[in-house]
Amino acid sequence: MSKRIDVSDLNIYYGDFLAVEGVSMAIEPRSVTAFIGPSGCGKSTFLRSLNRMHEVIPGARVEGKVVMDGQDLYGSDIDPVDVRRTVGMVFQRPNPFPTMSIAENVLAGARLNSKRMRKSEADDLVESSLQGANLWNEVKDRLDRPGAGLSGGQQQRLCIARAIAVKPQVLLMDEPCSALDPISTLAIEDLIQKLKSDYTIVIVTHNMQQASRVSDMTAFFNIAGTGKPGKLIEMSDTASIFSNPSQKATEDYVSGRFG
Amino acid sequence: MTQLTTPPRPAVGLGTTRHLPAWAPYAALAVSAAFSGAVLALAGFNTAGWLVLTAVVFTVLLVSASRAVEGPRKATDRFVTSLVVGAFLLALIPLVSVAWTVVSNGAARFDVEFFTYSMRGIVGEGGGAAHAIAGTLIITAITTVISVPIGILTAVYLVEYGRGSVARTITFLVDVMTGIPSIVAGLFSVALFTLLLGPGVRLGIMGSVALCVLMIPVVVRSTEEILRLVPHELREASYALGVPKWRTVVKVVLRTSVAGIGTGVTLAIARVIGETAPLLVTLGVTSAINYNPFDGRMSTLPTFAWFSYATPTLPVEASIDRAWTAALVLVILVMLFNLIARIVSRAFSPKTR
Repeated sequence: MSKRIDVSDLNIYYGDFLAVEGVSMAIEPRSVTAFIGPSGCGKSTFLRSLNRMHEVIPGARVEGKVVMDGQDLYGSDIDPVDVRRTVGMVFQRPNPFPTMSIAENVLAGARLNSKRMRKSEADDLVESSLQGANLWNEVKDRLDRPGAGLSGGQQQRLCIARAIAVKPQVLLMDEPCSALDPISTLAIEDLIQKLKSDYTIVIVTHNMQQASRVSDMTAFFNIAGTGKPGKLIEMSDTASIFSNPSQKATEDYVSGRFG
Repeated sequence: MTQLTTPPRPAVGLGTTRHLPAWAPYAALAVSAAFSGAVLALAGFNTAGWLVLTAVVFTVLLVSASRAVEGPRKATDRFVTSLVVGAFLLALIPLVSVAWTVVSNGAARFDVEFFTYSMRGIVGEGGGAAHAIAGTLIITAITTVISVPIGILTAVYLVEYGRGSVARTITFLVDVMTGIPSIVAGLFSVALFTLLLGPGVRLGIMGSVALCVLMIPVVVRSTEEILRLVPHELREASYALGVPKWRTVVKVVLRTSVAGIGTGVTLAIARVIGETAPLLVTLGVTSAINYNPFDGRMSTLPTFAWFSYATPTLPVEASIDRAWTAALVLVILVMLFNLIARIVSRAFSPKTR
């Protein structure tokens, strides 16, 4: 159910502007990889290039290779729509579809693609996805209510349920807890630990405690200055990034002596 | 010891404000109305002058009272409130006046005969506008069926796909079309059908084509605005689930904005349903019912009202009454469309509970 991603020499552009330069890394399956770094250093941009969401912005493009299962995701014969079905994504701000009920939101991946599904099949998918996102017990009695009526933390878990309902191999999370209170954050962090056994998870976070709590591997991105491209400074297992980093910049950042 | 006995600081500006009592504006209104009436009684009374003078005296009275009691900030608030309420009442005058005039004059012939009879063979009293009501509904329906898909698809192109010079050119042309005088649209349709079918033709479809020229830019503009309001996060959420762009547009963007698009379409219909000039040159006028927009002249409510009023038959009052009732029916039709659109958009709009 989960796959390894190898990135080599990835340059990411917005038009002529080089936003991220020369990133190479390996993302291990069945593990949590965290991206940390200051604002504007390209973590989110890099994350979005892993499921070709980067290119939905006009003028945005990518050079280099992202290989999953021996296939280059940016190969000319690859359909970005298929990539996004395989590599799911959860966004910074919860964004349930406002016209859909809770159940319809979970089924959105199937419904929007007009996939035919028996009623029992759909019910099972809703239940298993919401169970997977630790939301089932809270919403099982009101599945036909609008998804936008849930609290922020519940909406974010609904979005996670929606993402895992299309059965991806990899789950990308772009600061999934930054709009949430500590209790909802804890619920999502527990969920990440649970999902780790089935999915490859990549998470962008500004919260270093969170990175150290949930991730197995941590990558530190940095930027030399405004207008310069962001770069991958160091990637290692989380324990050594936080206790014994090999780069001075990493140590300064994780110890709070940054800038 | 002196430091320890510093007196507590007074609460800054709290609890010290004085207010005019809640009945003050009403009292001021009564006083200024009586005062203006008395002044005008000396100089010769007229209603309009009394209303204007009352408004001025009321504002001066209330603002100076407020300034003396409540201070300059509250006085400014009272002054601006008076201006806003005045502007609102001013804007209501024509609306109420039109509604009252149309209802009171139109009620006389608002009967069953008006809805069931055409004007065929009728001279003098009686008769109805069945032909004009049918014509209005048919012409407007055809116009809507042609304009709404073209308008919505154009807006979708401009918002979701259009980049660069093509999109800019289309936006410019839509802007130009918005400003076309309606008679020019009618003449365009006449010219087009003259080229196709020869001179002197009058067809229902000609009127619809003329109205389309007026309606399409309105639909494009309103739909474009609504589509731009759909948050980009929703599109991204859909893409991230592996949904292709066209399905995202149809099932997320259009679905989310359907209520707003409905409102825009209703406004566009209201815009064209009352058009007269382009229909006079394309449809002509007729007194008989014609359900076929591809054959011969048709009447609509605005052209019927104009024709009854401009070329009355004896007794003149009967024709004038018919014209007023046609206007009343037109107003009711537009209100019905609005009501239906409201109900439909409420059913489709996003909910939170």
